[in-house]
Amino acid sequence: MATGPTDPNAPRVGVDEWVASHEQRRTYRGGVLGVVERELTRVPHPAFYLAFGIAAAIVPAVTSDGYIIKVGLDTLLYMLLALGLNITVGYAGLLDLGYVAFYGFAAYGYAMLASPKFGVHWDTLAVIPVVVAATVLLGFLVALPSRRLVGDYLAIVTLFFGELFFTVYQNGEHVSLLGFTAAKDVTGGPNGIPNIDQFNVFGARIGELNYKAYFYVALVFFMVLLFAMYLVDRSRTGRAWKSLREDPLAAELMGMPVNRLKLIAFACGAGIAGLAGTVFAAANTAVFASEYDFTSGLLIIVYAMLILGGAGSLGGVIIGALVVNVSLEVLRDPGHATWVFYTLIAATLVARMRPWRWLAAVIAGTAGFGFAVHAIVSAVWPRGVHGQAAIGGVLGSGLRHWVVLPSNPMTIGNVAFVCLVLAVLVLTLLKGWVQKLAMIPTLYLAVFVWENRLVIEPSITRLILVGVILIVLMNARPQGLLGTSRVEIV
Amino acid sequence: MKLLELRSISKSFGGLKVISELNLHVDEGEIVSVIGPNGAGKTTLFNLVTGVYGPDEGDILLGGESLLGLDPHEITARGVARTFQTLRLFLNMTVKENVMAAAFSHTRAGILRSVLRTPGMRREERDIAHLAEQKLSFFGQRLMGYRWDQPAFSLSYANRRRLEIARATATSARLLLLDEPAAGMNPVETHEIAELIGRLREEGGYTILVIEHDMHVVEGISDRVVALDHGVKIAEGTFDQVATDPRVVEAYLGTKAAATK
Repeated sequence: MATGPTDPNAPRVGVDEWVASHEQRRTYRGGVLGVVERELTRVPHPAFYLAFGIAAAIVPAVTSDGYIIKVGLDTLLYMLLALGLNITVGYAGLLDLGYVAFYGFAAYGYAMLASPKFGVHWDTLAVIPVVVAATVLLGFLVALPSRRLVGDYLAIVTLFFGELFFTVYQNGEHVSLLGFTAAKDVTGGPNGIPNIDQFNVFGARIGELNYKAYFYVALVFFMVLLFAMYLVDRSRTGRAWKSLREDPLAAELMGMPVNRLKLIAFACGAGIAGLAGTVFAAANTAVFASEYDFTSGLLIIVYAMLILGGAGSLGGVIIGALVVNVSLEVLRDPGHATWVFYTLIAATLVARMRPWRWLAAVIAGTAGFGFAVHAIVSAVWPRGVHGQAAIGGVLGSGLRHWVVLPSNPMTIGNVAFVCLVLAVLVLTLLKGWVQKLAMIPTLYLAVFVWENRLVIEPSITRLILVGVILIVLMNARPQGLLGTSRVEIV
Repeated sequence: MKLLELRSISKSFGGLKVISELNLHVDEGEIVSVIGPNGAGKTTLFNLVTGVYGPDEGDILLGGESLLGLDPHEITARGVARTFQTLRLFLNMTVKENVMAAAFSHTRAGILRSVLRTPGMRREERDIAHLAEQKLSFFGQRLMGYRWDQPAFSLSYANRRRLEIARATATSARLLLLDEPAAGMNPVETHEIAELIGRLREEGGYTILVIEHDMHVVEGISDRVVALDHGVKIAEGTFDQVATDPRVVEAYLGTKAAATK
């Protein structure tokens, strides 16, 4: 044989050329971007978390705008919720759809121990540990019967638990023990529990509506838990949770007690939600069961934050909560929403339309189409161009000469909206130049519907737009903004 | 001295008897191969030993103690670790994390100690990392260097099989159950695996029960060969004895009458 053990060219057992020559094959992006990219990957993650904490701490100092601070507080509470959900969903891979019930349970728990409801006014340093411990216990109890369930079965059971929580608390104003005792008001029913105490520690108390103080409380809680989670992530338990997410059977057979790990994950997630709940109750001074119902959208928003940021990524928790909540707030204003709407359309066109000459053709075509339609309509139906554009400035005045703005847009706007949905559906069926051609009137129709109909309904359009933003971002990065791309089957 | 002993084990799935009245033992330091056609009950045998299923009848003893009624993770903690025929790595974790995760049963640090980073926890983490590096270095350079920090899904098929073995050895195993370690490997890699199984016993001190279809590997490594067919032990002995046993030939190739038809 030519290739004996003495032959220097023979592949030696255990020697791997691929590994040995790895550094030489590695290519880096050139230029300044490449340098920045390489340097950034060297920075340890806690440095980024610390930078975020410092930046967040400065916010109330540079602005006295109560609205911004309130939004900041809400965002921090969302971050806490997403951080807890990240344990159950991101690490352990357990689809927990009853998660916000823990948040509500703790908010009610705080309200019951610190409000005139039962005349109990405990010190905050006593309430928080008791409520968080109770929420952890509740997490255990929910996980106990569902620990053998996986995937969609677990999702249904936990969703049921969430709705159970809502129903009980929503109707908890006449509670009696199996009919033996007189009915007693426990949860306040649909009226919730008002006049909740502010945080008070040894007599020192946070003033009413002092969101700045709660902002700092939430920030401290979040930063402490964030660093704690960073350490857990890289510990024995963190590895076991991720193993469980990857392959429960293999994890069990490699010596990890899968059922116990699931219980711990559930309880830890619940505990963090519980902590957020106490801050929420005190800052808002009232709790209502309907805030934790599935239809309130809270659960979906927290999930959106987690998935957008990248499940399993701690930085993703920060980014996800920031992007979603700030978007939701910004879109309350029709002017902002309009800018977001047009930016989204432009960004999608730029990202998806290749080659560039098609993009130029479609934009030019749409512009020409618009002026033509505007000219025709103003000639045959003058009332059709008398409306106002939603925003002022260059964009607004430009639009007024381009898009048809009827003075009474309600009916025609509704019809156009239906037409737009149909047009978009048809667009997905078409191919090639026919599709590009069809895109021109569709784009115009989209602008028409926006300016005449959608812009006056900010409460609906902001949800639609956030949905669209999510779709666009998740298309671009399915693993989430800071998530690592995963494979399920190889 | 018997490390693993199966006493007239039976297992049925519904009306199908997968293992019936099977007696088997593996001595300390021995390499035993289990062969048999597809569906003979080989993997079910592994699942019974590791506690994935409980046997309907019979007893399974490890070092003289019964394993019946124990959860799989408890059995692993007592010193049985396995690999899978259909690879079951933690694909989205790094190569090193895969091995580190398997140290769970013989380490202690909980969440609180991890957050507080107590000296004991830090020492334990260092030990786990060291253990993982040592187990990975067993495979020469194949799983070394930059590969430590690569996700497991980026590995080639052969390297995944190696990583599964490394992961199994990172538990505190005395007995390794290898389910078709050479499946899907080319001749050079198959040769390497056979050599490796020998080294696992010589250097690692493991007792090994292996399912294998490649008869060259079986011939090269086995102290003893057990042939199964339809859940029944049809032959046992040295490779030559088993390979020439008429019932084994029949199980693999059919009877002469049937084969010539």
